[in-house]
Amino acid sequence: MESVGKNIDKVDSLALSTGRAKFTDDFPLTNPLHCKILYSPYPHAEIIDIDTSRAETINGVVDILHYKNTPSKLHTTAGQGYPEPSPYDTVLFDNKVRFTGDRVALVAAEDEDTAIQAVNEIDVQYRIVESIFDPEHSMDINSPKLHDSTRHVVIPTEYDPELNMAAAVDISIGNVEKGFIESDFITEQTYSSHFASHCAIELHSVKVYFDSSGRYVVLSSTQVPFHARRIIGKVLNIPIKSIRVIKPRIGGGFGGKQEVFLEPLAVLVAKRNKRSVRLVLTRKEVFISSRTRHPMRIKIKTGVKKESFINSFEINALMNTGAYGSHALTVLSNTGSKILPLFNKINNIKFTGRSVYTNLPIGGAYRGYGATQGYFAFCQHLDILSRKMNDDILKVFKSFHIKEGETSPVFEALGEGKEGVSQYIKSCKLSKCIDLGAREIHWYEKRNKKIKVGKTKVKGVGVSISMQGSGIPKVDMGSASMKMNEDGSFNLFVGATDLGTGSDTILSQIAAEVLDISTDNIIILSSDTDLTPFDVGAYASSTTYISGNAVKKCALKIKEQILKAGKEMLSGVLCSVENGKVIAQEGKTSVSFEEIAYYTLYSANQFQIQASASHFALESPPPFIAQFAEVDVDIHTGKIHLVKFVSAVDCGKAINPNLAEGQIEGAVVNGLSYALCEKYIFDENGKMKNPSFKNYKIFSTLDIPEIKTIIVDSEEETGPFGAKSIGEIAINGPMPSIANAVYDAVGVRIFNSPITAEKIFNKMKEKK
Amino acid sequence: MEGSFVINNQKRTFKFKSGDTLLTVLRNNDHTEVKEGGREGLCGACLVLLNGVLVNSCQVLAVSATGKNITTVKGIGTIHTPHLIQKAFVQAGAVQCGFCTPGMILATYDLLEKIPDPTEQEIKKHLDGNLCRCTGYVKIIKAVKLSSILLKENEEKGKK
Repeated sequence: MESVGKNIDKVDSLALSTGRAKFTDDFPLTNPLHCKILYSPYPHAEIIDIDTSRAETINGVVDILHYKNTPSKLHTTAGQGYPEPSPYDTVLFDNKVRFTGDRVALVAAEDEDTAIQAVNEIDVQYRIVESIFDPEHSMDINSPKLHDSTRHVVIPTEYDPELNMAAAVDISIGNVEKGFIESDFITEQTYSSHFASHCAIELHSVKVYFDSSGRYVVLSSTQVPFHARRIIGKVLNIPIKSIRVIKPRIGGGFGGKQEVFLEPLAVLVAKRNKRSVRLVLTRKEVFISSRTRHPMRIKIKTGVKKESFINSFEINALMNTGAYGSHALTVLSNTGSKILPLFNKINNIKFTGRSVYTNLPIGGAYRGYGATQGYFAFCQHLDILSRKMNDDILKVFKSFHIKEGETSPVFEALGEGKEGVSQYIKSCKLSKCIDLGAREIHWYEKRNKKIKVGKTKVKGVGVSISMQGSGIPKVDMGSASMKMNEDGSFNLFVGATDLGTGSDTILSQIAAEVLDISTDNIIILSSDTDLTPFDVGAYASSTTYISGNAVKKCALKIKEQILKAGKEMLSGVLCSVENGKVIAQEGKTSVSFEEIAYYTLYSANQFQIQASASHFALESPPPFIAQFAEVDVDIHTGKIHLVKFVSAVDCGKAINPNLAEGQIEGAVVNGLSYALCEKYIFDENGKMKNPSFKNYKIFSTLDIPEIKTIIVDSEEETGPFGAKSIGEIAINGPMPSIANAVYDAVGVRIFNSPITAEKIFNKMKEKK
Repeated sequence: MEGSFVINNQKRTFKFKSGDTLLTVLRNNDHTEVKEGGREGLCGACLVLLNGVLVNSCQVLAVSATGKNITTVKGIGTIHTPHLIQKAFVQAGAVQCGFCTPGMILATYDLLEKIPDPTEQEIKKHLDGNLCRCTGYVKIIKAVKLSSILLKENEEKGKK
């Protein structure tokens, strides 16, 4: 009765396919207040005064919140564990606005139209101050400052609002300067990546109502129900015991819904008015006011010795965190900690990173989390070096990537905003991934061949490799509890948050595997702070590894109790669990789980078979991936025709291969879309000019190339049944692989993303 | 104002405002299986069949739909009696967050009514107005192909 490794149907997929499963905004509320937010039209301004009297006279307006009448508790909206590594630089409403799209006021009204009307009737007197849009100049002495010295950090880390510096990361191993001197040649290059929106199809949604004892029930499209509960409590000074957060089905997150920026507003409206509340953003609001992928400028300098390859490696990263420092430290540090250990044979390493404020939209968690930005630079740089050395890049990757049994000093030096955790790699099939991916794309038949396609196109292939993590070691914790029912089925309660990723399914499979029953005997309930035990939530590729280990431990405890009861019933000495039964080995007699459940619940020495367990991870085994792009580039226009994209991934044991493939395919297409067409266009006031799917183009069915996914199973001994993570890693490769493929085809490099026909065309013209 | 609609073969009468879209009226009256992805007419989450024609319900004024037949994904099949297309989406692993799924299934239903055995390019063309951010469309396209096979098998079984 194996469950793990099988393509079990996703447990909620029929309910979703038939429109029965409910998302936050699908739950009816009785007579709710509808909220609309007023956003700043200016990138940087002080609010001299706000006058709501005209708006208040509109029939149906019930409440208006702004800086004068709301708590001014400093916090971060980052939705991380406690204490958060992001700076406390945010209040609900401030008397200063820091980007075009910053919130100024909120209207609660009897209906949505009235709320919209009232928002337009609020008079705000602004005093416009100078703005800073260029992160390269944010830290200049004379640049305008976004935040004052009341802003602070709650963990010991560098933070200087008077320099617009939201975070700093500095590590050094060996001596890069000496390494450069000893090298045969130095290569320096700058790579820049751009803003992007998560574009979950479900809009950010919060609903609040009061339960029968007057507690707040918060339905939210959140990735982090427990963190949301804590942050609501702290910001509004409401006891945790008075708040229940429930995440129903959620229409995609990708990091964007880790951010806890709407829940406190909705709860505050409920608190002030003792009414239920609905707060749902529009698509335009999601674009202009929610969170983005942090743009990053990365300079890489390498010193290469001809006989031993890279001898000295220096990264200088400048991250634009926008107006607030959400994830400013950890996305930046992740760029270092997810890239540097991959080439662990380099003796001299230096990483210098700064996160800086600008008067632009706020960065946040986004699938890939700094690794995506970093690998765009790293994998192009390696392509440049391999070509300089006249080496096959695949051979270079295979020679120098970290292997099983090896470690990197970077694991210990650089963690999630603090020192990291030392670890040895126990599973790594990256070389095999590279070989299988190369075979699938026909690498050697196409690489450097500049094959002509039709009259005007030339074919190119490019490759990238990357690693991610599986949760944050010594920080993240997940837990589970279980109980047995009369028919031998089990309720499984997990704090883990299924964003559509399928975690409810794979966690059920893990429990079923331990108990040797079919997965449909597990009834899972997740993400309800009243009913399920704690879990940090869905981020950092943690759920399969951390929550999965918690479920496994919990199910093992259940198994022990079942065995004990079964043994008692069978008077057996040696018993085992098999296929939903306890079997006495000597007499070949058995009792079913159903009989055991009836026995324990009704017959003798009654008790409930139940257990709970937590998992706190001491390490974060990386998954590995090799990704290949095949493109045909038009030599007259620079237009890229994406032909094929191959990913070969080692995610440990895939608990559910079909769902794992789905994670890879989704991340790949998001990454391709980011690489080629997604773009924030700003006017001179830093206002996004294209906040709509019409002008912020994301990939649709017609845009996708042939996509091939290869799962290379490995056995991670610390993971549940050998599993590592799969959620984020596949978004890293599309952009560098395409950039490298474009070079292979037409000999020009695009160092500033996105990779557009116009840029290729101009570079080709320059070259002529 | 007030208007009647035939929703999934049931006559329903609702009160609504003259400027309300069909999407708003449906969602305000328990038909939350019709999803809202931004009211731009660009993502396909709110697709319904209006007298058999696939429309983004966020772009249709409710008043213009009165008296007409509306089919939502619940009219295609329910959890107790799912349609083969819905089963195919489950089996193919085409459902991740599931927010775009009702629209995808209606678009698939419409496609297979018109072209029972579509090519990959025909599938891509027909589903071009439905955005999905989770799946990368790979398994959705697979689900449409599987739907076509299952429906054909079912038809042949019916003939026997």
